[in-house]
Amino acid sequence: MGGTKRSNSSESDRDRMRVTREEALALFRKMSQIRRFEERAEEAYGRGMIGGFLHLYIGEEAIAVGALAGLEPEDDVITHYRDHGYVLARGVDPKRVMAELYGKSTGLGKGKGGSMHLADVSRHLWGGYAVVGGHVPLAAGLALANQYRNLPRVVSCFLGDGATNIGTFFSSLNMAALWKLPLVVIVENNRYGMGTAVKRASAVEDIYRKASAFNIPAVRIDGNDVLAVRDAVRDMARTARAGGGPQMIEAMTYRFRGHSMGDPQRYRSREEVEAAKAADPIDRWRRYILERNLAEEEELERVIGEIETELEEAVRFAEESPAPEPAELCFDVVVEE
Amino acid sequence: MALKTYREALREALREEMIRDERVLIMGQEVGVWGGTYAVTRGLLDEFGEKRVIDTPIAEEAIVGAAIGAAMGGLRPVAELMTINFSLVAMDQIVNNMAKIRFMFGGQMTIPLVVRTPAGWGQLAATHSQTFESWFAHIPGLTVVMPSTPADAKGLLKTAIRSENPVMFIEHARLYGTKGEVPEVEYTLPMGVPDVKRAGRDVTIVTYSRMVNVALEAAETLARDGIECEVVDLRTLRPLNLAAVYGSVEKTHRAIILEEDWTTCGMGAEIAARIGRDRFDSLDAPVERLGQVEAPIPYAKNLEALMFPDEALLIGKVRGMLA
Repeated sequence: MGGTKRSNSSESDRDRMRVTREEALALFRKMSQIRRFEERAEEAYGRGMIGGFLHLYIGEEAIAVGALAGLEPEDDVITHYRDHGYVLARGVDPKRVMAELYGKSTGLGKGKGGSMHLADVSRHLWGGYAVVGGHVPLAAGLALANQYRNLPRVVSCFLGDGATNIGTFFSSLNMAALWKLPLVVIVENNRYGMGTAVKRASAVEDIYRKASAFNIPAVRIDGNDVLAVRDAVRDMARTARAGGGPQMIEAMTYRFRGHSMGDPQRYRSREEVEAAKAADPIDRWRRYILERNLAEEEELERVIGEIETELEEAVRFAEESPAPEPAELCFDVVVEE
Repeated sequence: MALKTYREALREALREEMIRDERVLIMGQEVGVWGGTYAVTRGLLDEFGEKRVIDTPIAEEAIVGAAIGAAMGGLRPVAELMTINFSLVAMDQIVNNMAKIRFMFGGQMTIPLVVRTPAGWGQLAATHSQTFESWFAHIPGLTVVMPSTPADAKGLLKTAIRSENPVMFIEHARLYGTKGEVPEVEYTLPMGVPDVKRAGRDVTIVTYSRMVNVALEAAETLARDGIECEVVDLRTLRPLNLAAVYGSVEKTHRAIILEEDWTTCGMGAEIAARIGRDRFDSLDAPVERLGQVEAPIPYAKNLEALMFPDEALLIGKVRGMLA
């Protein structure tokens, strides 16, 4: 990771200009909401309330929250399967997200998709996809539609480091660059594709350099710095929106939990995980807020309290919601015509 | 009515739907400047421009994937895969995205997408001569169409383009030059409705695509010996509507399914199972199947000619059923 520069006073003044008190608190609230949501999901999984795979976003919150803060509400979002963070960052009610994890009829997808497939089309959230790299061409297609319809929307496509080794990544980037599609590709490099370290899976460890094969501008940023993510995404979205073609960001981060539940994590040491936790994006943001007097400790605690109440309600809602009716099996397979 | 080729009928359908709805666009390899590998899209680039007739790189997974994304985003793409063999490269997109996105996200999205692609052969060897319709017909969420005549091709393609559902529209390279009567007035044909191409009382031949022509020629020959075959053209393989087949079997008491594909786990296996279950009492003989030899398709002309069912094989089989 390109070393983070130490703040000096002039940079600190500039930083203050970068974020209002209101936005600072909103970013804190979103990141904390995702963290606490994931902890509750983990707990519910342990109680057998959630089935299948559960991929937690803990440690990576600054990317979803920063990126969506840098986009317009009508910009399209499409993601990989570690997808809880994006829908929460876009403001979807955690009740409906938790209910989907519980496989209930009140979930975002009526319980048919589960944790890996969260979408809310009314908010331009086009879903999480579980075959690695399989959604990258969809992102190009959504961008093609926006370009064709002359809509001022960009598509942001989130994928993991592991997805940059599969064919769809390259064929879609080629197509996007060829047609100058309004697309921002955001690679979340959490250093492992499941249990395989980037250096053991990718011939090029600087993933952002893969974009140069298609003359796509790309940067590597500190993905645990929520403002850095917001600003990079905002800049690149502006360029893409103005007809500058696709852009790519490699956001460096670290996954604090296992790949999914029940991951023995033989591929990394406890020391490595603990060291990474020292760069916890939420702790960092809390310090930033307090150091710059953007809010008092009590305000942050009040926000946490509100989140806990909201999530308690979300869990209760999920638990009390009805399972899908058996007849749902036959709905939405095709449009009846 | 006017005599037109299958190719011309398809082109008319594309052109009419592009005029009718500006959300319709064509994308695929060689669809624009080249005019389509099988010349189906010839002239459309000149008429509609590069925005609506898009030449793509050779990247089937990205062609289909981007077409799905474009459909999600409000367009009505017609994606062309040069041949059905290359659909294998796009299989994840077709099976996991095109077919499932609607269901998986609880009905939030529609995928009004048509993927056009031809089956066919002609000394093209093992990887370029296949027909995979049963693979797609296996997948809930897809509509699978495989028309045999110019009129059916046009009417069904127009319906496919207007459908809110994703459609695999499978053409046949050896049908593009065949001619048939095509109505001159605007028309569409419904999905899931087979067509009895020839009436007869003795044996029901269930078939689709190019094999309809083989069945009709065999039926003509058999009729000279007083054997009357009924030829049912399925036209749509998913949804698979066998009402016309059942009606025919009640009359003939004998059925054979003729397919160009390998028979193992093919369309015929499904159709035979359904006839056996639903019209067991009507049958006077086991349901028969006739398809290609269970081997990869060879290059050598004489060997290739032995691969596929033809009139002589079908005639022999029908006579055997009546013996």
